[in-house]
Amino acid sequence: MSKDELFLLDFGLSPFCIRVRIALAEKGLQYKGQEEDLFGGKSELLQKSNPIYEKVPVLLHNGKPILESTNIVYYIDETFASPPLLPACSYGRSRARFWADFIDKKVFDGGAAIWRSKGDELELAKNEFIDILKKLEGALGDKDYLGGEKFGFLDIVLIGSSSWFPTYERIGGFKIEDECPKIGAWIKRCKGRESVAKTLPEPHKVCELVGMLRKMHGIE
Amino acid sequence: MDAAKSFQSPESLFVVHSESARMATETVKVLGCWPSPYVIRARIALNIKSVEYEYQEEDLLGGNKSDLLLKSNPVYKKVPVLLHADRPICESLVIVQYVDEVWASGPAILPSDPYDRAIARFWAIYMDDKWYPRVKEGFFSEGEASKIAFEEADKGLLLLEEAFTKCSKGQKFFGGERIGYLDIALGSHLAWIRVIEKASNVSLIDEAKTPNLYKWAHDFSADVAVKDVLPSTDKLYEFAKLLISVMKGSTPEK
Repeated sequence: MSKDELFLLDFGLSPFCIRVRIALAEKGLQYKGQEEDLFGGKSELLQKSNPIYEKVPVLLHNGKPILESTNIVYYIDETFASPPLLPACSYGRSRARFWADFIDKKVFDGGAAIWRSKGDELELAKNEFIDILKKLEGALGDKDYLGGEKFGFLDIVLIGSSSWFPTYERIGGFKIEDECPKIGAWIKRCKGRESVAKTLPEPHKVCELVGMLRKMHGIE
Repeated sequence: MDAAKSFQSPESLFVVHSESARMATETVKVLGCWPSPYVIRARIALNIKSVEYEYQEEDLLGGNKSDLLLKSNPVYKKVPVLLHADRPICESLVIVQYVDEVWASGPAILPSDPYDRAIARFWAIYMDDKWYPRVKEGFFSEGEASKIAFEEADKGLLLLEEAFTKCSKGQKFFGGERIGYLDIALGSHLAWIRVIEKASNVSLIDEAKTPNLYKWAHDFSADVAVKDVLPSTDKLYEFAKLLISVMKGSTPEK
Protein backbone atom coordinates (compact mmCIF):
# COMPACT_ATOMS: atom_id res chain seq x y z
CA MET A 1 0.00 0.00 0.00
CA SER A 2 1.48 3.35 -0.97
CA LYS A 3 1.86 5.95 1.73
CA ASP A 4 0.19 9.29 1.10
CA GLU A 5 2.68 12.10 1.44
CA LEU A 6 1.06 15.46 1.93
CA PHE A 7 3.08 18.67 1.92
CA LEU A 8 1.50 22.11 2.25
CA LEU A 9 3.05 25.36 1.06
CA ASP A 10 1.48 27.68 3.56
CA PHE A 11 1.15 31.14 5.04
CA GLY A 12 -0.29 31.05 8.56
CA LEU A 13 -2.50 34.13 8.30
CA SER A 14 -3.89 33.53 4.81
CA PRO A 15 -7.63 32.70 4.92
CA PHE A 16 -7.07 30.52 1.87
CA CYS A 17 -4.38 28.45 3.60
CA ILE A 18 -6.47 28.27 6.78
CA ARG A 19 -9.23 26.58 4.76
CA VAL A 20 -6.90 23.84 3.60
CA ARG A 21 -5.45 23.28 7.10
CA ILE A 22 -8.97 22.94 8.57
CA ALA A 23 -9.99 20.50 5.81
CA LEU A 24 -6.89 18.38 6.48
CA ALA A 25 -7.64 18.45 10.23
CA GLU A 26 -11.28 17.46 9.66
CA LYS A 27 -10.10 14.43 7.69
CA GLY A 28 -7.53 13.56 10.36
CA LEU A 29 -4.73 13.73 7.81
CA GLN A 30 -1.05 14.01 8.72
CA TYR A 31 0.99 16.40 6.64
CA LYS A 32 4.20 18.38 6.60
CA GLY A 33 4.31 22.05 5.76
CA GLN A 34 6.50 24.97 4.87
CA GLU A 35 5.70 28.55 5.77
CA GLU A 36 6.37 30.77 2.77
CA ASP A 37 7.92 34.19 3.20
CA LEU A 38 5.58 36.03 0.85
CA PHE A 39 7.25 39.40 1.47
CA GLY A 40 10.88 38.29 1.59
CA GLY A 41 11.18 35.75 -1.21
CA LYS A 42 9.08 32.85 -2.42
CA SER A 43 10.69 29.42 -2.28
CA GLU A 44 11.85 27.61 -5.40
CA LEU A 45 9.36 24.88 -4.62
CA LEU A 46 6.49 27.39 -4.67
CA GLN A 47 7.67 28.96 -7.90
CA LYS A 48 8.02 25.53 -9.50
CA SER A 49 4.72 24.15 -8.17
CA ASN A 50 2.62 27.20 -9.01
CA PRO A 51 4.42 29.00 -11.85
CA ILE A 52 1.33 30.87 -13.11
CA TYR A 53 0.26 32.51 -9.84
CA GLU A 54 3.17 31.82 -7.41
CA LYS A 55 0.59 31.83 -4.62
CA VAL A 56 -0.17 29.79 -1.54
CA PRO A 57 -1.70 27.46 -0.63
CA VAL A 58 -0.25 24.65 -2.70
CA LEU A 59 -0.88 21.08 -1.59
CA LEU A 60 1.60 18.53 -2.85
CA HIS A 61 0.21 14.99 -2.77
CA ASN A 62 2.99 12.50 -3.41
CA GLY A 63 4.82 15.34 -5.14
CA LYS A 64 1.93 16.38 -7.43
CA PRO A 65 0.73 19.95 -6.89
CA ILE A 66 -2.91 20.93 -6.42
CA LEU A 67 -3.59 24.66 -6.66
CA GLU A 68 -6.29 27.15 -5.61
CA SER A 69 -7.62 26.73 -2.07
CA THR A 70 -11.24 25.78 -2.82
CA ASN A 71 -10.00 23.39 -5.49
CA ILE A 72 -7.66 21.85 -2.91
CA VAL A 73 -10.53 21.35 -0.45
CA TYR A 74 -12.60 19.62 -3.18
CA TYR A 75 -9.58 17.44 -3.95
CA ILE A 76 -9.08 16.50 -0.29
CA ASP A 77 -12.77 15.62 0.02
CA GLU A 78 -12.73 13.48 -3.14
CA THR A 79 -9.47 11.70 -2.36
CA PHE A 80 -9.99 11.03 1.35
CA ALA A 81 -13.63 10.08 1.57
CA SER A 82 -14.32 10.09 5.30
CA PRO A 83 -15.88 12.08 6.81
CA PRO A 84 -17.54 13.68 3.74
CA LEU A 85 -17.34 17.48 3.66
CA LEU A 86 -19.74 18.15 0.76
CA PRO A 87 -23.44 17.24 1.05
CA ALA A 88 -24.50 13.88 -0.35
CA CYS A 89 -27.26 15.12 -2.66
CA SER A 90 -26.46 16.79 -5.99
CA TYR A 91 -28.63 19.83 -5.33
CA GLY A 92 -26.99 20.39 -1.95
CA ARG A 93 -23.58 20.12 -3.63
CA SER A 94 -24.57 22.66 -6.28
CA ARG A 95 -25.66 25.08 -3.50
CA ALA A 96 -22.33 24.54 -1.71
CA ARG A 97 -20.35 25.17 -4.91
CA PHE A 98 -22.39 28.28 -5.70
CA TRP A 99 -21.81 29.83 -2.28
CA ALA A 100 -18.14 28.79 -2.22
CA ASP A 101 -17.73 30.63 -5.53
CA PHE A 102 -19.54 33.67 -4.04
CA ILE A 103 -17.27 33.64 -0.97
CA ASP A 104 -14.20 33.38 -3.21
CA LYS A 105 -15.32 36.27 -5.41
CA LYS A 106 -16.50 38.63 -2.67
CA VAL A 107 -15.26 38.15 0.89
CA PHE A 108 -11.49 38.64 0.79
CA ASP A 109 -11.58 41.44 -1.80
CA GLY A 110 -14.51 43.04 0.03
CA GLY A 111 -12.47 43.07 3.21
CA ALA A 112 -9.38 44.33 1.40
CA ALA A 113 -11.43 47.27 0.12
CA ILE A 114 -11.96 48.21 3.78
CA TRP A 115 -8.32 48.19 4.89
CA ARG A 116 -7.16 49.83 1.65
CA SER A 117 -9.37 52.90 2.01
CA LYS A 118 -10.31 55.83 4.19
CA GLY A 119 -12.96 58.53 4.37
CA ASP A 120 -15.92 58.18 1.99
CA GLU A 121 -14.38 55.21 0.22
CA LEU A 122 -14.07 53.41 3.55
CA GLU A 123 -17.75 54.02 4.33
CA LEU A 124 -18.70 52.60 0.94
CA ALA A 125 -16.42 49.58 1.39
CA LYS A 126 -17.84 48.92 4.86
CA ASN A 127 -21.43 48.97 3.57
CA GLU A 128 -20.59 46.68 0.67
CA PHE A 129 -18.88 44.24 3.02
CA ILE A 130 -21.87 44.18 5.36
CA ASP A 131 -24.07 43.52 2.33
CA ILE A 132 -21.87 40.54 1.37
CA LEU A 133 -22.21 39.12 4.89
CA LYS A 134 -25.98 39.69 4.82
CA LYS A 135 -26.22 37.59 1.67
CA LEU A 136 -24.28 34.84 3.44
CA GLU A 137 -26.61 35.24 6.39
CA GLY A 138 -29.45 34.54 3.94
CA ALA A 139 -27.68 31.36 2.86
CA LEU A 140 -27.27 30.34 6.51
CA GLY A 141 -30.93 30.94 7.32
CA ASP A 142 -31.88 29.31 10.62
CA LYS A 143 -29.38 26.47 10.25
CA ASP A 144 -26.50 25.92 12.65
CA TYR A 145 -23.99 25.68 9.84
CA LEU A 146 -23.74 26.81 6.22
CA GLY A 147 -23.70 23.13 5.32
CA GLY A 148 -26.87 22.42 7.31
CA GLU A 149 -26.95 20.51 10.59
CA LYS A 150 -23.30 19.56 10.36
CA PHE A 151 -20.10 21.57 9.95
CA GLY A 152 -18.88 20.97 6.42
CA PHE A 153 -17.35 22.23 3.20
CA LEU A 154 -18.96 25.66 3.05
CA ASP A 155 -18.21 26.41 6.70
CA ILE A 156 -14.58 25.49 6.03
CA VAL A 157 -14.49 27.85 3.02
CA LEU A 158 -15.73 30.87 4.99
CA ILE A 159 -14.44 30.40 8.55
CA GLY A 160 -10.79 31.13 7.59
CA SER A 161 -11.75 34.71 6.70
CA SER A 162 -13.28 35.23 10.15
CA SER A 163 -9.82 35.79 11.66
CA TRP A 164 -9.63 38.94 9.51
CA PHE A 165 -13.07 40.24 10.52
CA PRO A 166 -11.98 41.94 13.81
CA THR A 167 -9.48 43.99 11.76
CA TYR A 168 -12.17 45.02 9.28
CA GLU A 169 -14.48 45.88 12.19
CA ARG A 170 -11.85 48.06 13.83
CA ILE A 171 -10.93 49.94 10.65
CA GLY A 172 -14.54 50.22 9.39
CA GLY A 173 -16.07 51.05 12.77
CA PHE A 174 -18.75 48.37 12.87
CA LYS A 175 -19.57 45.13 14.67
CA ILE A 176 -20.59 42.01 12.77
CA GLU A 177 -22.58 40.71 15.75
CA ASP A 178 -24.75 43.86 15.48
CA GLU A 179 -25.03 44.01 11.67
CA CYS A 180 -25.25 40.26 10.98
CA PRO A 181 -26.00 38.51 14.28
CA LYS A 182 -26.54 35.08 12.72
CA ILE A 183 -23.07 35.20 11.14
CA GLY A 184 -21.69 36.32 14.52
CA ALA A 185 -23.33 33.31 16.18
CA TRP A 186 -22.12 30.99 13.42
CA ILE A 187 -18.51 32.17 13.92
CA LYS A 188 -18.73 31.43 17.67
CA ARG A 189 -20.25 28.02 16.94
CA CYS A 190 -17.49 27.10 14.45
CA LYS A 191 -14.78 28.23 16.86
CA GLY A 192 -16.06 25.62 19.31
CA ARG A 193 -14.86 22.96 16.87
CA GLU A 194 -11.38 21.59 17.52
CA SER A 195 -10.15 21.76 13.90
CA VAL A 196 -11.13 25.43 13.74
CA ALA A 197 -9.95 26.45 17.22
CA LYS A 198 -6.51 24.92 16.64
CA THR A 199 -6.11 26.42 13.17
CA LEU A 200 -7.44 29.98 13.33
CA PRO A 201 -4.68 32.50 14.06
CA GLU A 202 -5.06 35.08 16.79
CA PRO A 203 -6.79 38.16 15.40
CA HIS A 204 -4.09 40.53 16.74
CA LYS A 205 -1.57 38.90 14.39
CA VAL A 206 -3.84 39.70 11.43
CA CYS A 207 -4.17 43.25 12.76
CA GLU A 208 -0.38 43.60 12.80
CA LEU A 209 -0.09 42.27 9.24
CA VAL A 210 -2.82 44.59 7.96
CA GLY A 211 -1.16 47.51 9.77
CA MET A 212 2.03 46.71 7.88
CA LEU A 213 0.15 46.44 4.59
CA ARG A 214 -1.59 49.79 5.17
CA LYS A 215 1.79 51.44 5.76
CA MET A 216 3.13 49.83 2.57
CA HIS A 217 0.16 51.20 0.64
CA GLY A 218 0.56 54.63 2.21
CA ILE A 219 -2.81 54.55 3.95
CA GLU A 220 -1.47 55.08 7.47
CA MET B 1 -18.27 4.23 -14.79
CA ASP B 2 -19.95 7.07 -12.97
CA ALA B 3 -17.75 9.97 -12.03
CA ALA B 4 -19.56 9.80 -8.68
CA LYS B 5 -18.14 6.42 -7.69
CA SER B 6 -14.50 7.37 -7.45
CA PHE B 7 -14.97 10.01 -4.79
CA GLN B 8 -18.21 9.32 -2.96
CA SER B 9 -18.03 7.69 0.46
CA PRO B 10 -19.97 4.42 0.67
CA GLU B 11 -22.66 5.86 2.91
CA SER B 12 -23.48 8.65 0.47
CA LEU B 13 -23.20 6.50 -2.65
CA PHE B 14 -26.65 4.99 -2.22
CA VAL B 15 -28.18 8.42 -1.62
CA VAL B 16 -26.59 9.90 -4.76
CA HIS B 17 -27.50 7.09 -7.13
CA SER B 18 -31.11 6.59 -6.07
CA GLU B 19 -31.58 10.35 -5.96
CA SER B 20 -30.03 10.70 -9.43
CA ALA B 21 -32.31 8.08 -10.94
CA ARG B 22 -35.36 9.93 -9.63
CA MET B 23 -34.12 13.44 -10.41
CA ALA B 24 -33.11 12.56 -13.98
CA THR B 25 -36.80 12.33 -14.94
CA GLU B 26 -37.83 15.76 -13.57
CA THR B 27 -38.46 18.78 -15.82
CA VAL B 28 -35.53 20.90 -16.92
CA LYS B 29 -35.56 24.54 -18.00
CA VAL B 30 -32.73 26.89 -18.90
CA LEU B 31 -32.97 30.67 -18.60
CA GLY B 32 -30.47 32.08 -21.05
CA CYS B 33 -29.34 34.56 -23.61
CA TRP B 34 -28.04 33.10 -26.91
CA PRO B 35 -24.81 35.16 -27.16
CA SER B 36 -23.65 34.29 -23.62
CA PRO B 37 -20.73 31.83 -23.44
CA TYR B 38 -21.87 30.93 -19.93
CA VAL B 39 -25.32 29.94 -21.16
CA ILE B 40 -23.69 27.96 -23.98
CA ARG B 41 -21.81 25.95 -21.34
CA ALA B 42 -25.02 24.84 -19.64
CA ARG B 43 -26.63 23.88 -22.95
CA ILE B 44 -23.62 21.88 -24.16
CA ALA B 45 -23.60 19.93 -20.88
CA LEU B 46 -27.29 19.09 -21.25
CA ASN B 47 -26.75 18.11 -24.89
CA ILE B 48 -23.89 15.77 -23.96
CA LYS B 49 -26.27 13.99 -21.61
CA SER B 50 -29.11 14.07 -24.18
CA VAL B 51 -31.36 15.85 -21.69
CA GLU B 52 -34.53 17.40 -23.08
CA TYR B 53 -35.11 20.87 -21.72
CA GLU B 54 -37.19 23.97 -22.22
CA TYR B 55 -35.22 27.07 -23.15
CA GLN B 56 -36.34 30.59 -22.22
CA GLU B 57 -34.55 33.49 -23.91
CA GLU B 58 -34.11 36.48 -21.58
CA ASP B 59 -34.24 40.00 -23.03
CA LEU B 60 -31.06 41.25 -21.39
CA LEU B 61 -30.21 43.85 -24.02
CA GLY B 62 -33.66 45.38 -23.57
CA GLY B 63 -33.20 45.33 -19.79
CA ASN B 64 -36.26 43.14 -19.30
CA LYS B 65 -35.21 40.36 -16.97
CA SER B 66 -38.08 37.98 -16.29
CA ASP B 67 -39.57 37.64 -12.82
CA LEU B 68 -38.52 34.01 -12.92
CA LEU B 69 -34.87 35.00 -13.48
CA LEU B 70 -34.91 37.57 -10.70
CA LYS B 71 -36.54 35.10 -8.32
CA SER B 72 -34.26 32.19 -9.31
CA ASN B 73 -30.98 34.10 -9.11
CA PRO B 74 -31.52 36.87 -6.56
CA VAL B 75 -27.78 37.12 -5.76
CA TYR B 76 -26.51 37.95 -9.26
CA LYS B 77 -29.72 38.24 -11.38
CA LYS B 78 -27.75 36.70 -14.27
CA VAL B 79 -28.03 33.91 -16.81
CA PRO B 80 -27.63 31.00 -17.08
CA VAL B 81 -30.02 29.55 -14.55
CA LEU B 82 -30.87 25.87 -14.71
CA LEU B 83 -34.25 25.04 -13.18
CA HIS B 84 -34.52 21.37 -12.35
CA ALA B 85 -37.85 20.35 -10.88
CA ASP B 86 -38.24 24.11 -10.31
CA ARG B 87 -35.09 24.27 -8.15
CA PRO B 88 -32.58 26.81 -9.43
CA ILE B 89 -28.89 26.13 -10.02
CA CYS B 90 -26.78 29.17 -10.89
CA GLU B 91 -23.23 29.85 -12.18
CA SER B 92 -22.25 28.09 -15.39
CA LEU B 93 -19.55 25.76 -14.08
CA VAL B 94 -21.69 24.84 -11.05
CA ILE B 95 -24.45 23.95 -13.53
CA VAL B 96 -22.08 21.84 -15.64
CA GLN B 97 -20.95 19.88 -12.57
CA TYR B 98 -24.54 19.44 -11.42
CA VAL B 99 -25.60 18.11 -14.83
CA ASP B 100 -22.63 15.73 -14.81
CA GLU B 101 -23.65 14.33 -11.42
CA VAL B 102 -27.40 14.07 -11.89
CA TRP B 103 -27.29 12.49 -15.36
CA ALA B 104 -24.48 10.19 -14.32
CA SER B 105 -25.51 7.47 -16.79
CA GLY B 106 -24.60 9.73 -19.75
CA PRO B 107 -21.03 10.37 -20.99
CA ALA B 108 -18.87 11.76 -18.17
CA ILE B 109 -18.02 15.45 -18.39
CA LEU B 110 -15.45 15.64 -15.58
CA PRO B 111 -12.69 13.05 -15.33
CA SER B 112 -13.13 10.35 -12.70
CA ASP B 113 -9.65 10.60 -11.17
CA PRO B 114 -9.53 13.23 -8.37
CA TYR B 115 -6.17 14.65 -9.53
CA ASP B 116 -7.36 15.01 -13.13
CA ARG B 117 -10.51 16.68 -11.80
CA ALA B 118 -8.39 19.13 -9.80
CA ILE B 119 -6.35 19.93 -12.93
CA ALA B 120 -9.54 20.46 -14.95
CA ARG B 121 -11.03 22.75 -12.28
CA PHE B 122 -7.76 24.72 -12.05
CA TRP B 123 -7.58 25.42 -15.79
CA ALA B 124 -11.26 26.39 -15.93
CA ILE B 125 -10.60 28.92 -13.14
CA TYR B 126 -7.56 30.19 -15.07
CA MET B 127 -9.61 30.61 -18.27
CA ASP B 128 -12.35 32.57 -16.53
CA ASP B 129 -10.35 34.61 -14.01
CA LYS B 130 -7.10 35.31 -15.78
CA TRP B 131 -7.21 34.56 -19.50
CA TYR B 132 -10.59 35.63 -20.87
CA PRO B 133 -10.56 39.01 -19.06
CA ARG B 134 -7.39 39.84 -21.07
CA VAL B 135 -9.20 39.01 -24.31
CA LYS B 136 -12.12 41.24 -23.34
CA GLU B 137 -9.78 44.03 -22.30
CA GLY B 138 -8.02 43.80 -25.65
CA PHE B 139 -11.36 44.19 -27.40
CA PHE B 140 -12.85 46.97 -25.28
CA SER B 141 -9.71 49.09 -24.83
CA GLU B 142 -7.68 50.95 -27.44
CA GLY B 143 -4.11 51.69 -28.46
CA GLU B 144 -1.32 50.52 -26.17
CA ALA B 145 -3.68 49.10 -23.51
CA SER B 146 -5.34 46.91 -26.13
CA LYS B 147 -2.00 45.79 -27.55
CA ILE B 148 -0.69 44.78 -24.13
CA ALA B 149 -3.91 42.94 -23.24
CA PHE B 150 -3.81 40.92 -26.47
CA GLU B 151 -0.12 40.10 -25.91
CA GLU B 152 -1.00 38.75 -22.46
CA ALA B 153 -3.86 36.78 -23.99
CA ASP B 154 -1.38 35.30 -26.49
CA LYS B 155 0.91 34.18 -23.66
CA GLY B 156 -2.06 32.64 -21.90
CA LEU B 157 -2.96 30.69 -25.01
CA LEU B 158 0.52 29.18 -25.09
CA LEU B 159 -0.13 27.91 -21.55
CA LEU B 160 -3.50 26.54 -22.67
CA GLU B 161 -1.85 24.87 -25.69
CA GLU B 162 0.48 23.10 -23.23
CA ALA B 163 -2.44 22.20 -20.96
CA PHE B 164 -4.26 20.78 -23.98
CA THR B 165 -1.30 18.56 -24.87
CA LYS B 166 -1.15 17.20 -21.30
CA CYS B 167 -4.89 16.73 -20.80
CA SER B 168 -5.79 15.36 -24.25
CA LYS B 169 -2.99 12.76 -24.27
CA GLY B 170 -2.94 12.76 -28.05
CA GLN B 171 -6.71 12.69 -28.51
CA LYS B 172 -9.07 15.25 -30.03
CA PHE B 173 -10.28 17.05 -26.93
CA PHE B 174 -9.15 18.21 -23.47
CA GLY B 175 -11.49 15.48 -22.22
CA GLY B 176 -9.94 12.81 -24.47
CA GLU B 177 -11.96 11.20 -27.22
CA ARG B 178 -15.11 13.11 -26.16
CA ILE B 179 -15.62 16.70 -25.10
CA GLY B 180 -15.35 17.29 -21.37
CA TYR B 181 -15.26 20.01 -18.74
CA LEU B 182 -12.33 21.99 -20.09
CA ASP B 183 -13.53 21.75 -23.68
CA ILE B 184 -16.82 23.27 -22.51
CA ALA B 185 -15.07 25.93 -20.38
CA LEU B 186 -12.87 27.19 -23.23
CA GLY B 187 -14.97 26.23 -26.23
CA SER B 188 -17.97 28.22 -25.03
CA HIS B 189 -15.88 31.36 -25.68
CA LEU B 190 -15.04 30.42 -29.30
CA ALA B 191 -17.79 32.42 -30.97
CA TRP B 192 -16.75 35.61 -29.16
CA ILE B 193 -13.06 34.86 -29.78
CA ARG B 194 -13.78 34.74 -33.51
CA VAL B 195 -15.77 37.99 -33.39
CA ILE B 196 -12.99 39.71 -31.46
CA GLU B 197 -10.37 38.39 -33.90
CA LYS B 198 -12.40 39.88 -36.77
CA ALA B 199 -13.23 43.19 -35.09
CA SER B 200 -9.77 43.83 -33.61
CA ASN B 201 -7.83 42.32 -36.53
CA VAL B 202 -5.88 39.91 -34.32
CA SER B 203 -5.27 36.19 -34.50
CA LEU B 204 -5.75 34.59 -31.09
CA ILE B 205 -6.20 30.87 -31.73
CA ASP B 206 -3.60 30.84 -34.47
CA GLU B 207 -2.60 27.88 -36.63
CA ALA B 208 1.09 28.71 -36.39
CA LYS B 209 1.29 29.69 -32.71
CA THR B 210 -1.19 27.22 -31.18
CA PRO B 211 -1.65 24.47 -33.78
CA ASN B 212 -3.31 21.99 -31.42
CA LEU B 213 -5.85 24.50 -30.13
CA TYR B 214 -6.48 25.63 -33.71
CA LYS B 215 -7.45 22.10 -34.73
CA TRP B 216 -9.31 21.57 -31.46
CA ALA B 217 -11.42 24.67 -32.13
CA HIS B 218 -12.65 23.21 -35.42
CA ASP B 219 -13.36 19.80 -33.90
CA PHE B 220 -15.15 21.32 -30.91
CA SER B 221 -17.35 23.60 -33.01
CA ALA B 222 -18.42 20.66 -35.19
CA ASP B 223 -19.34 18.40 -32.27
CA VAL B 224 -22.97 17.34 -32.20
CA ALA B 225 -23.44 18.68 -28.65
CA VAL B 226 -22.04 22.07 -29.65
CA LYS B 227 -22.93 23.01 -33.22
CA ASP B 228 -26.51 24.07 -32.63
CA VAL B 229 -25.78 26.25 -29.58
CA LEU B 230 -22.51 27.95 -30.59
CA PRO B 231 -23.59 31.02 -32.61
CA SER B 232 -22.14 31.70 -36.06
CA THR B 233 -19.45 34.40 -36.23
CA ASP B 234 -21.60 36.55 -38.56
CA LYS B 235 -24.68 36.47 -36.33
CA LEU B 236 -22.65 37.24 -33.20
CA TYR B 237 -20.71 39.99 -34.99
CA GLU B 238 -23.98 41.80 -35.76
CA PHE B 239 -25.03 41.37 -32.14
CA ALA B 240 -21.66 42.70 -30.95
CA LYS B 241 -22.13 45.89 -33.01
CA LEU B 242 -25.57 46.34 -31.48
CA LEU B 243 -24.23 45.69 -27.98
CA ILE B 244 -21.46 48.27 -28.37
CA SER B 245 -23.92 50.85 -29.68
CA VAL B 246 -26.20 50.23 -26.70
CA MET B 247 -23.21 50.53 -24.35
CA LYS B 248 -22.16 53.80 -26.00
CA GLY B 249 -25.73 55.04 -26.38
CA SER B 250 -25.30 55.61 -30.15
CA THR B 251 -26.46 54.01 -33.42
CA PRO B 252 -24.19 51.32 -34.87
CA GLU B 253 -22.11 51.96 -38.01
CA LYS B 254 -22.61 49.51 -40.91
